[in-house]
Amino acid sequence: MSILNFTVNGNPVSVEIEPNEYLAYVLRYKLGLTGTKIACDEAECGACTVLVNGTSVDSCIYPALKAQGAEVMTIEGLARPDGLHPLQAQFIQQGAVQCGFCTPGVLMQSKNLLDQNPDPDDHDIKVALKDTFCRCGCYVSMMNAIKNAAQELREPETEHLFNIPNLPQVKAPLNVIGKPITRPDAVAKVTGAARYTDDYNFPDMLHGATLRAKFPHARILSIDTSKAKALDGVRAVLTHKDVPGSKHHGLIYNDWPVLCYDKVRYMGDAVAIVAADTREIAQRALELIEVEYEELPVVDNPVDALKPETIIVNDGTGHGNLLKHIHVEKGDIEKGFAKAEVIIENEYRSPFYEHAFMEPECAIGQALDNGRIEVIVGSQIPYEDRRQIAAALDLPESKVRVRGALIGGGFGGKEDIAAQIHVALLARAIGRPVKMLYSRHESLVFHPKRHATVIRLRTGAKKDGTLVASHATIYGDSGAYASLGDKVMTRAATHAAGPYHVPNVLIDCYAMYTNNPPAGAFRGFGVTQSAFAVESNMDELAHKLGLDPFELRRKNGLAVGDTTSTGQLVRESAGLLECIRLVEQVVKAQPEIENQTSKIRAWGLACAFKNTGLGGGSPDKSAAEVEVFEDGTAEVRTSAAEIGQGLPTILAMITAEELGLPYERVRVLLSDTDLTPDGGPTTASRQTFVSGNAARYAAKGMREILAETASEQLDAAPDTLTFKDGYIRQNGHKMPFEEVVKRAREENRPTRYLHEYHAPATTPLGSEGDMHFGFSYAAQAALIELDSDTGEVHVLKVVTATDIGRALNPLALQGQVEGGIMMCLGNALTEEYIIEKGKVWTDLLAKYKMPSIKHTPEIVSFLVEDEISTGPYGAKGVGEISSIPTTPAITNAIYNACGVRIRRLPVDQDALLLAMRSGKSETK
Amino acid sequence: MKVFDNYHLPTTVVQALELLAQYEGRARVVAGGTDLLVDTQAEYYEGRRPHFDALIDVTGIAGAGEIRARDEYIEIGCGVTHTQIVASPLIQKHAAALAEACSVVGGPQVRNVATLCGNVAHALPAADGTVALMILDAEAAVARQSRSGTDSPDWVPLAALFQGPGKSAVDSTRELITALRFRALGAREASAFSRVMRPQGVALPILGMATRVRLSALDIHARIEDVAISAGPVAPVPYRASAVEEFLRGKTADQPVLQEAAELLVANAHPRTSAHRATKEYRFELLPMLLQQTLRAALERAAQSA
Ligand code: FES
Ligand code: FES
Repeated sequence: MSILNFTVNGNPVSVEIEPNEYLAYVLRYKLGLTGTKIACDEAECGACTVLVNGTSVDSCIYPALKAQGAEVMTIEGLARPDGLHPLQAQFIQQGAVQCGFCTPGVLMQSKNLLDQNPDPDDHDIKVALKDTFCRCGCYVSMMNAIKNAAQELREPETEHLFNIPNLPQVKAPLNVIGKPITRPDAVAKVTGAARYTDDYNFPDMLHGATLRAKFPHARILSIDTSKAKALDGVRAVLTHKDVPGSKHHGLIYNDWPVLCYDKVRYMGDAVAIVAADTREIAQRALELIEVEYEELPVVDNPVDALKPETIIVNDGTGHGNLLKHIHVEKGDIEKGFAKAEVIIENEYRSPFYEHAFMEPECAIGQALDNGRIEVIVGSQIPYEDRRQIAAALDLPESKVRVRGALIGGGFGGKEDIAAQIHVALLARAIGRPVKMLYSRHESLVFHPKRHATVIRLRTGAKKDGTLVASHATIYGDSGAYASLGDKVMTRAATHAAGPYHVPNVLIDCYAMYTNNPPAGAFRGFGVTQSAFAVESNMDELAHKLGLDPFELRRKNGLAVGDTTSTGQLVRESAGLLECIRLVEQVVKAQPEIENQTSKIRAWGLACAFKNTGLGGGSPDKSAAEVEVFEDGTAEVRTSAAEIGQGLPTILAMITAEELGLPYERVRVLLSDTDLTPDGGPTTASRQTFVSGNAARYAAKGMREILAETASEQLDAAPDTLTFKDGYIRQNGHKMPFEEVVKRAREENRPTRYLHEYHAPATTPLGSEGDMHFGFSYAAQAALIELDSDTGEVHVLKVVTATDIGRALNPLALQGQVEGGIMMCLGNALTEEYIIEKGKVWTDLLAKYKMPSIKHTPEIVSFLVEDEISTGPYGAKGVGEISSIPTTPAITNAIYNACGVRIRRLPVDQDALLLAMRSGKSETK
Repeated sequence: MKVFDNYHLPTTVVQALELLAQYEGRARVVAGGTDLLVDTQAEYYEGRRPHFDALIDVTGIAGAGEIRARDEYIEIGCGVTHTQIVASPLIQKHAAALAEACSVVGGPQVRNVATLCGNVAHALPAADGTVALMILDAEAAVARQSRSGTDSPDWVPLAALFQGPGKSAVDSTRELITALRFRALGAREASAFSRVMRPQGVALPILGMATRVRLSALDIHARIEDVAISAGPVAPVPYRASAVEEFLRGKTADQPVLQEAAELLVANAHPRTSAHRATKEYRFELLPMLLQQTLRAALERAAQSA
């Protein structure tokens, strides 16, 4: 033990530490300053940035003893006695906070920048924040926020009125709906007070660890835990034998072992779990567990997986390695191609991608009174967690409580079970709270990815560009377990003809089991992959026919009256043509590009559509409850996850709108299965629509009750009353909201109202009818600069137009659009999750590069509000659509710059340059 | 995962060496610690179990954090961070290539703690700082304990410290680099650095290059009196393109000469394909481009440095 004496946020601190502890750990776990986050633990991401003697450092690898005698400043010390620091206030105002996990580190690094440079420009900011990552991608907003804060600090005497420069125009707002409103959780997120799962600690809490597979595919012959159990400080070691209930979990198919027993099928498989007094002891115990394996051949790609002679990895659905064959058929493909005057046929490949949410998975389990179990976790689907935990522990669901903590990003990667069941098992076995926190390495190896795909696409058209036929064969690598693989690949297939009216369509898609990490939900849900193929083919078609790429898309774009490739009639809310028009207008107004140096600039275009909601016949529902209080406030409750997208803001806005309350008077309670009704999964861009509608109808129901009360007081029919600004009014008379609530109580009327909303019914693929109740549309153009000396590609500008039905909160929408573009800029240019024969190469953040602020282009964004009648105020989903066209817009721009088609993602500058030099027309 | 037990912050070189001696090879020198701590983590996940009884942090040694001009040399102490180098007017003026190289290492938080000496001790032949130091004919002061006590450190040519990728002649469990030095570039002299990175995968350069020139007069078309060219990774150890240097010496840098120099470089260098990083063919494409780019920059600067 050593004593560390230093100053933290101005206070002298003396603390006993181990000499090998790192500063971030001392701050978080010894001093309780949990505002400093640990996201990678390898000096890659900047989440743990603190200032030591005024200099920013990554505290996760900063030996604590090095800070002896130093002055340390953390996020908790940034606010001033009289309020927020201008950086904090500006981050909130500009919408630069989404999930908030990166925020403390970003703010500290920004503070360090402003300390040294009181007037930074965009370039200075990009240099300073280069390695301080935000996966939600709020970089544009951050740059605005930093510049504004700098101005405030330089001119403290002046009153500043800052606008939000990147906010798109929207329809006239209602009372609350349609206004750019900041997040209710933003203050907590900029001050470090926000609590994510690892920020919870309990007396007596133990630490868990998981033994992962040693091989990607092997039979388990024996497991011996005796040595691990004998280690001092170890409280329990559990294997499959200790799982009392269901041995498997799974969202759709129950095919994923809680703890492996017969085989391991990928490197992330869990074989045994340990709980011990410290994380280190738990880790050491893992090394003492002896597992005997018999290695099996590794199936490492979906094409091999389908061959009859290939060994079966998983027979989860009874078809061997074939998780699902998806078949889409419309018209007559033969006849269609017979009519075609030009045919484009290509094969496209995309690798696995990693969500890289900034917050690694964490869960805490604890036994409650009367035999109940509680799990605290940042999950995208709390009620599904509850079901699966209960099944594995052989408990009725009533005995399990899942409490949602804040979530540091999800993007689809926190839908499946991670440590939820394991901590529940351990807590139950020992009777003490158990926390399991995954390292970044473990997170990278374990959780489901975006499907790697091989897509063969044949597109047929008339000479005038009219599409006549589209034929696709898609192989999706779904990895070792089903996860949401069949749904994802269904979406890839049904969107594989693009947002176009194509009379003859044939698509066969094979979702395959392999020994790679499971592939599941990831923002874009399969459409990201097929859009790359479709939009590349479309672009090639335009070139071949000598047509303007805008014109070709306009000619074929889905509009009301057209049918999708599953035969669904588009009846309303199809704003694609308007999106194309807006983007075209901007691009065509740009000055002609003259390329005179080795840096070649060019534009590329792409369009996309994406369903809102589960669809395909799955019942899609959400419940919300609204309660009103005598102090004139209201609370809206649902178990729907906030993963950074801004759901609580939307729910509070809707409730405020319907009850005529100021927004600040509505609280939101999310994701506690004991206290909040089921909001269903946070996936498929569905929450604004489904839970938004649930909240809206719950608030409406509540209003009706209050209206009845008030109508007696105001002597007017209930439906003639208006609810506004905290008053209920009629003809010049008004009653304060709180008064009415009080009255309602006295009259014994209910003051809470629960509504279970059922989205319009959909039908399964292959049957007549609507497979989805709505689609969002987008068009995007990217301006890139290609360095013809190196093959390097930079995106300079993205012009985007997104049809989201109705803009409920333009500020949150802007965040979703910018974040989506950044994410798929990574998809195109920087990211690739590499697996070699089942072994993960990209097992550290140092090897998986998400886009940083330095990649951020200028973004010009339009919102198209083609309302959908069933959505709340006409709104549909936005979470995914904004990201889907970005990749092909970039790759099409590359073609326009140099004549080389990108057939394989990500863009490899090495292959691109060699292709350019050798005159090849594509990179395979 | 804990890779060390104890952490010491000696304030003199003698103390540091004594501590190393006490631990008999089970402790090692650390400065910023970024490379070491990150590497040992990677090793851990590859199944190895790196461990040190102690880390001896040499950044607290008196004077270690200084950049000094001494005689015709510039000396960089073992506590000097990349950030300090980038910001140093002395280095910007007399060794621009080094400032440029250090400015692209990692992000600001890493540059704020990572030291150049530590980077050299790490012995990666393509480390940006190393590529720049090679054209400056830098030397390292290596301190070690001998039977008669602590000798005053020897100045060893940088190139002699590299024995292979990640393999240094300096045994960090017994010795330490206390400083680096190189001759400050003077009138009609200048240097430049550039590199190409891959956006995916590991943050190691695909190719980095540094050049230094001395002109016979303050004119870009004057004769090249002296020249140095280094690149990495093109060999397991830092590489100086001596044949190209030889060729350029005494010539004027017009386009045909630059062209021929580039061809000569391509003929002499032996870059290789490294998995998930770059193909050999791609590196061959970059060599002439980087040579021309850095030579031009250095020549322009030299022509203006009175
Ligand atoms: S850099 Fe420290 S947590 Fe990522
Ligand atoms: S807000 Fe930056 S990672 Fe989520």
